[in-house]
Amino acid sequence: MELVKPDIGLIFWMVVTFSIILLLLKKFAWKPILNMIKERETSIDNALKSAEQARKDMQSLKSSNEKILAEARNERESMLKEARDTKEAIINEAKAKAKSEAERMIAQAREAINSEKMAAISELKTQVATLSIDIAEKILKEQLSSDEKQKIVTGSLVQEVTLN
Amino acid sequence: MPHLSSLLNRKTRTLLVFIGVFVFSVFKAFAYEPEELLNTDTLSTKKAEEKKGFNAGHLITEHISDAHEWHLFGEGEHAVSVPLPIIIYDEAKGWSVFLSNKLEHGKTYNGYKLEENKIVAAEEIGVGEEDVVEDASTNSINNIWDFSITKNVLALLFSAFLMLWLFTSVAKAYKQRGSQQAPKGLQSFMEPLIMFVRDDVAKNSIGEKKYEKYMPYLLTVFFFIFINNLLGLVPIIPGGANLTGNIAVCMVLAVFTLVVVLISANGHYWRHIFAMPGVPIPVLLILTPIELIGVVLRPFVLMIRLFANITAGHIIALAFFSLIFIFGEMSAGAGLGVAVVSVLFTVFMGFLELLVAFLQAYVFTLLSAIYIGAAIEEGHHQHDEHHAHDTKLSEAQIDII
Repeated sequence: MELVKPDIGLIFWMVVTFSIILLLLKKFAWKPILNMIKERETSIDNALKSAEQARKDMQSLKSSNEKILAEARNERESMLKEARDTKEAIINEAKAKAKSEAERMIAQAREAINSEKMAAISELKTQVATLSIDIAEKILKEQLSSDEKQKIVTGSLVQEVTLN
Repeated sequence: MPHLSSLLNRKTRTLLVFIGVFVFSVFKAFAYEPEELLNTDTLSTKKAEEKKGFNAGHLITEHISDAHEWHLFGEGEHAVSVPLPIIIYDEAKGWSVFLSNKLEHGKTYNGYKLEENKIVAAEEIGVGEEDVVEDASTNSINNIWDFSITKNVLALLFSAFLMLWLFTSVAKAYKQRGSQQAPKGLQSFMEPLIMFVRDDVAKNSIGEKKYEKYMPYLLTVFFFIFINNLLGLVPIIPGGANLTGNIAVCMVLAVFTLVVVLISANGHYWRHIFAMPGVPIPVLLILTPIELIGVVLRPFVLMIRLFANITAGHIIALAFFSLIFIFGEMSAGAGLGVAVVSVLFTVFMGFLELLVAFLQAYVFTLLSAIYIGAAIEEGHHQHDEHHAHDTKLSEAQIDII
């Protein structure tokens, strides 16, 4: 049958034409197209990779930020604590100082009072002594003003001595 | 190890096989009628010539075979066609070039005439004895080499220029837009197809390492078949030539694949053909011829598959249209009634043909890639057998198509 008999002319033209388009397309179409597709693929690949890298960097940055923040917070906390401590210490010290001062003053006052009291007491004693002497003098003078009275006194005195 | 992707591929492949089986059964069911018409036509040519009616077989054969002119419309004496250049080399007379309209309607020019689309030497009138004339004519029939720009050659040249224009402009778009911009327009239409050939055909069948070398050939074959299949579906000039359904074209394509396979074949491939490892010598005596036949048979089947599929598609479309006129000759009403059905069926067949146009381009390219892959495979055995099995399997699946 005619249909399945290959025609020599068509074979010839087909070989020529197909070889030419194969070579021309290879040089001017497939090479540049495939290269560009490959280039694009690698660039997309790289972009994806760098995006991933950036994401990781971001994450590490974030975590380091958090770390710094936490550190800062700790620092603040510790500073506050220190300040509080210092305040407390200062207050305590002041209190202690005030207390000791007050005690010292009180002691001083007490001493002063004591010495004043002593002085007053000794003066009183002297006064009382003088008064007593005066009184005794007066009594004696009175008792011994007459002979009779002198006898009674001496008699009682003598009696007392013998009894002992 | 079957990866998920290859499993998926196998699934899509089986789907394609089913579609193919369906298409084929449709072809078989309907191919019966035109074939019969064709047979009656060739058997009783004279009868057909005498009969002044519509001849479907004649119409179909005319459309699917090559011609020295591009028939546009009209019949017989009123036919209007584009004349094409005839280039012939006669071993006796040398080269001669002229337009085909000098031979139309059985005219004789320069001692040549057209006989059933073949250029033959015209019997010269008044040259004595019959024996001598017969001798001379049989001699010159054998000695005429026809390199004419026929309908198919013109379609071939047209598609070649179309491809060059298409893909150089796509390449230009790539150069202009660079690798950093997304594809656009024609470029974005072609890119998925190119990627499909690269990733699903070449990379899978040839392997990640060596596929690049064969990409230009596979892409050219794929787009050549695909574009010409599509052009074959266009009914008006410059489409409509049954180029990929021509045995010569299919043969050249298959031979190209064979040549690529033979050139790239490595020692491992030849060893498996001539001395299959682990096979005793008596068996080799049987096996080696089978393997050798297989080497040639594979491209042969490639040729037949493409030829038969595309030609069958054309025959069916034309047969449906012929039905309109066959019934129309009986009565106008029957013709109109059949026309509705025929057009619907032809539209349906048109869509199937669109699928087949892609499918056959894909199958031809895929099988070429598989044969190349088998030819350059390195031999580490465990893996090797696995791969061979896989190849055989997919080959068997495709053979159904």
